[in-house]
Amino acid sequence: MKKKTNWLITSLLVIGSLFILFPLYLTVTIAFKTPQETADSILALPKEWRVQNFLDAIEITNFFHAFQNSFIITVFAVIFTLLTNSMVAYAIARNLDKKFYKFLFYYFVSAMFIPFPIIMLPIVKQTSAWGMDNIYGLIFLYIVYGLAFNVFVYVGYIKSIPRELEEAAIVDGASTWQIFWKVVFPLLTPMNATVGILTCLWAWNDFMLPLVLLSDREMATLPLVQYMFQSQFSTDYNLAFASYLMALAPMLLVYVFAQKWIISGVTKGAIK
Amino acid sequence: MRKPKIAFFLMTVPAMVLFFIFHTYPALQGIYYSFTDWQGYGEWKFVGLKNYINVFKDDRVLHAYLFTFKFAIVSTILVNVISLLIAMGLNAKIKFQKTLRAIYFMPNVLSILIVGYIFNFIFAQFVPMIAEKLGIEALTVNILGNPDLAWLGIVFVAVWQAVAFNTILYLAGLVTIPADLYEAASMDGANLWKRFWHVTFPMIAPFFTINMVLAMKNFLMVFDQIMAMTGGGPGQATESIALLIYRGGFEGGEFAYQSANAVIYFIVIVIISVIQIRFLQRREVEM
Repeated sequence: MKKKTNWLITSLLVIGSLFILFPLYLTVTIAFKTPQETADSILALPKEWRVQNFLDAIEITNFFHAFQNSFIITVFAVIFTLLTNSMVAYAIARNLDKKFYKFLFYYFVSAMFIPFPIIMLPIVKQTSAWGMDNIYGLIFLYIVYGLAFNVFVYVGYIKSIPRELEEAAIVDGASTWQIFWKVVFPLLTPMNATVGILTCLWAWNDFMLPLVLLSDREMATLPLVQYMFQSQFSTDYNLAFASYLMALAPMLLVYVFAQKWIISGVTKGAIK
Repeated sequence: MRKPKIAFFLMTVPAMVLFFIFHTYPALQGIYYSFTDWQGYGEWKFVGLKNYINVFKDDRVLHAYLFTFKFAIVSTILVNVISLLIAMGLNAKIKFQKTLRAIYFMPNVLSILIVGYIFNFIFAQFVPMIAEKLGIEALTVNILGNPDLAWLGIVFVAVWQAVAFNTILYLAGLVTIPADLYEAASMDGANLWKRFWHVTFPMIAPFFTINMVLAMKNFLMVFDQIMAMTGGGPGQATESIALLIYRGGFEGGEFAYQSANAVIYFIVIVIISVIQIRFLQRREVEM
């Protein structure tokens, strides 16, 4: 029995989706308009698509530099999170019968309940005292803080992988390290995708940690740059929106091409 | 079997040590300093529970808690109602299902801060303009500039964005419900409302629990939206707990005092999460 398309719900959802798309429409059109055009009509399409706003925004905010910072932070945070967090979780998952590893599991996971503001003030003192108030310190903290959630999801996943393959590798004389890298890590691909996507979204969009941690304006990430230039932006909306659009665009592009994986990755991470 | 043990040890101990140094230790330090009068620099001494007593007497702190709770409760309810409705719509037999799903999830990948800035413009310029044309007096001025209404603007933005994530979770729950359950219910003469209460809702109860707990926890930590939209203003009308700790701790020389505030905040979040999980899980069992 094939049900007929429900047009009422379809149209309601389409109307609802305009609600989501409208702010983006505004962002794109205003980014291309002149201040005069915006004043004449906020809603209208730009008469001529003005690229000058973008050129100005790139120059004023040093966009490519901020982009580079965000890019480096995100890429390294994702790569090292995948490599290290999965390994920690593997050792824990395969030894949960032992007290020490069981303790470790709860130690990491319980940290999820600790709100960042309680460590915010001391960690800023600590990182600046140790010369870590820079991009590398930030990458490092994303990797370490990621453990709380990632150990939780990885352990759940690894427990569901049968041990036979690993046992066969032991018989072949493989060391524990080899087993992890050659046998287990490839099997983790679905979970790696989830953790990678979540880490990527976190590191790229995060505002609070860069805000409190980075001491040098030169190191600012894309969200932080938007914050730093607010006083200039509040007088020139077209410039501001060009800048916002450029900061949002990379993630939007990734989303357009990889939305299937992103949606399923985020879902899996949340259900675990 | 000695060797693998050492390998497992080497895999975990460095991570444990680093996690302790960069997460647990700062947390303990925060607790430690909450019993001192440290400003973040210079000399300090122990003051016992003085900070805690003062936090409880501080109107600014009290206001931040009230605002944060009001904001978090209203947003959590709105997000869950709206995202459940959207998820049920997306789960129905509709056209353009994939495209619509992609659109509804999109806000989740955007920077909260930048979304806040965009809505800032919408509230400051666009809404007043429309309201003037339609003759709605109340909305002709920027609501973010009104101490009584600014919080609603922040709720709006927070909900706009958070619905994306919660919708996807509900959708994941809805697709697990077998279609014959609905058919059986229809044959028993259950109407739409009854089918929702007796079939849909019990089946997705675990997802309801996760969504409520996660949404509440995230909203209690609200920071980015407020930094982008009001900066805590007008006055201190929209100052959340996280914002107050940030402001007082870094700009106000209240390192120790705000640490005490943060400890209380931590306890509050844990208590709320535990109560929520207990309460909602008991409901799951009953249904």
